[in-house]
Amino acid sequence: MRTIAALAVTAGLALVPSTGLAQDTPQTLRQDIDQLRREFETLKQQYGDRLAALEAKLAATEATPAPGTPPAAPGTPLVAPPPGTTPAAAPQQPTAPVPPGAEGAGGPSGALPVYGGAASGSKIFNPDIAVIGDFLGAAGRNLANPDPALEMHESEAAFQAVVDPYARADFFISFGEEGVDLEEGFVTFTSLPGGLLTKVGKMRAAFGKVNTLHNHVLPWADRPLVTRNLVGGEDGISDAGISVARLIPNRWIFLEATGQVFRGDSDALFRSATRGDVSMVGHLRGYQDLTESSNIDLGFSVARGHNDDSVGNDQLVGHFTTQLYGIDATLRWRPLRRSIYRSFVGRSEIVWSRRGQSSGLQAANGYYVSGDYQFGRRWFAGARVDRSHRASDASLLDNGGSIMLTYWPSEFSQVRGQYRRTNYADGPSANELLFQIQFSIGAHGAHPF
Amino acid sequence: MNVNKLIATLAAIVKLWLFFAGAAGLLGACSCFSDTLLAQGKLNVMTTTEDLASIGREVAGDRATIDFIARGYQDPHFVEAKPSFILKLQRADLLVIVGRELEIGWLPPLIQQSRNGKIQVGADGYLDASLHARILDIPQGQITRAMGDVHPLGNPHYWLDPENGKIIARDIADKLSQFRPADRAAFQQRLSDFTGRLDAAEKRWLAALAPYKGTKVVTYHQSYSNFADRFGLQVIGYVEPRPGIPPTPQHTLDVINEMKRQAVKLVLVEPYFDLKTPNAIARETGAQVLVMPPSVGGVKDVPDYFKLFDYDTTLLIDAIKKAGAGR
Repeated sequence: MRTIAALAVTAGLALVPSTGLAQDTPQTLRQDIDQLRREFETLKQQYGDRLAALEAKLAATEATPAPGTPPAAPGTPLVAPPPGTTPAAAPQQPTAPVPPGAEGAGGPSGALPVYGGAASGSKIFNPDIAVIGDFLGAAGRNLANPDPALEMHESEAAFQAVVDPYARADFFISFGEEGVDLEEGFVTFTSLPGGLLTKVGKMRAAFGKVNTLHNHVLPWADRPLVTRNLVGGEDGISDAGISVARLIPNRWIFLEATGQVFRGDSDALFRSATRGDVSMVGHLRGYQDLTESSNIDLGFSVARGHNDDSVGNDQLVGHFTTQLYGIDATLRWRPLRRSIYRSFVGRSEIVWSRRGQSSGLQAANGYYVSGDYQFGRRWFAGARVDRSHRASDASLLDNGGSIMLTYWPSEFSQVRGQYRRTNYADGPSANELLFQIQFSIGAHGAHPF
Repeated sequence: MNVNKLIATLAAIVKLWLFFAGAAGLLGACSCFSDTLLAQGKLNVMTTTEDLASIGREVAGDRATIDFIARGYQDPHFVEAKPSFILKLQRADLLVIVGRELEIGWLPPLIQQSRNGKIQVGADGYLDASLHARILDIPQGQITRAMGDVHPLGNPHYWLDPENGKIIARDIADKLSQFRPADRAAFQQRLSDFTGRLDAAEKRWLAALAPYKGTKVVTYHQSYSNFADRFGLQVIGYVEPRPGIPPTPQHTLDVINEMKRQAVKLVLVEPYFDLKTPNAIARETGAQVLVMPPSVGGVKDVPDYFKLFDYDTTLLIDAIKKAGAGR
């Protein structure tokens, strides 16, 4: 600023002799200089004001912070903005004009600040959010285990994001028609030394395959009989705890061992009466590509926890345990060149349950075998065979079967019809038609595997 | 809690601790051994597609081992997150991805389960190749899924422009130099060699296609935007009514009518799509159906990035000549 003023004065001094007359005294010279200085100050003031007005205008029209000083119009002297306008050039709160009619009528005037604008930095760190709706209808007679005729079975909200360089977090909150449940909510430490993949929180236990899957990725509208009878029903083994999984290096196959400790409360399956009643789940998974289009996945699972027998009897509380053993096998085929049109998944799980009870040990078992064939980009057909004892009375044996037809309007919605016949050991058989619509909004989730 | 119970609890906790510590300790030995091997050997680079692997090999030469996940002949939107890929990612020093949400359906669970801190999103060994490339089809205005499986960050098939190929190569070279500063000069040398050869080849491809500039085509998916933009094709429609939505009878009819109106004689189809609808369109309009690989490895004769453009330009020119469908 001072340099420019000095330059102007020097220029003024240089100009004066050429325009002035020889008889100019130092007195008049001083007056001229003063005059020039005043004019310069006025000019400076004018440009300063114009710049400030321009900047205010820019800030009002743009949601993003105003850039630096706008370039001076051609032919005008180069004047730096006055000190008062400097803060305006710095990043500032986005502004918006007052709506028409509001100004002057008791409403605010001038530019309004915009909160939560698209450029707001905090939004960038919001987690990926998705909501998946699962609508279920049922027709036919089922006296033993009746589902409602029409039901908004589940609305699952997913929130997923990276926590910091060492971890990510996943929350799945499941809204039924009446209640809210934390289906899963855990942090995953992705880069611990020793290759340990560690999860802490509430999660579905790594017992077999079906127990780990959320409703919306199941190939059926329901869960198999063996899950309902022996592995904790719809929610399965799902509890608060710690999970550690490690790959076991070897030159042949993908081999992963998982160990999990939970509080010991999983629906009707496990019930903890004291802090010591933790439940434990172990899983060993082997996977191998057979060809580029087909692969096989085998798993062995074990789970142990205290059960709810003799709850209410203080002498025997926590006395009885349930042990589960499972084998799961999955065979997948998907030709890479036609991967979006054809695929087959065959899967089966066998579960053995040894449940201690005051009435004696109940040794039950059950299985399902299921196959799903994709015969078009949007079409899938499937069948499932079910058979299982009851956990608390192994003398009762239920069996059944289902056939399914699934249609995908797009990657984000799915319509499914399922015919299910169940022969209950202690009641009439049920023939039902299940109808399911699923739809997802929000962030693009990962495809299940 | 009585004394027996307390002892039982303690025993359970100790057993558990022994289980984890034992497992970690026993198996840790193996991984330490392999870690030291890695640190001194070649860089281990994984890419999500064969295109990125091909460009990466040009730049890295024998200073890195480069492997990829998705084959050129499979739909890169729908890759299965197989555990065998977890094993490959576990050993990677660097992961190069196409980005723009192309891999969103399958890469996140693979990265998460890789147990590899080096390649987690945002880590040094995670390179999004799209960051400096010229990206087309970035949707304007409101985006909803009514527009299909739209990519909000723009068209991820950007490698089909050799100019972007050079940018990808430069980004990979910079990343490799960051990991192996001693080899910086070698990587830069290979980069300028690759860029030079690609420049020459691009001139050749452009010259070959120049007489047919403005040729109108219909494509199955929106895979060829960058290719069309660079080589002067005009894409007037898509067999898919919306990205990721299979053809519908009404839309197919509209496409046929539009092709007849504008005398379009070429339908370009990615190798992984069904040819039923394109063939039906061709029958109605007298157009040719070209199975045109958008990726290295898309067909057998396309083993690298140069051959990809050689193949596609030759395929196009032959078809245009045959149809006399210059304009």
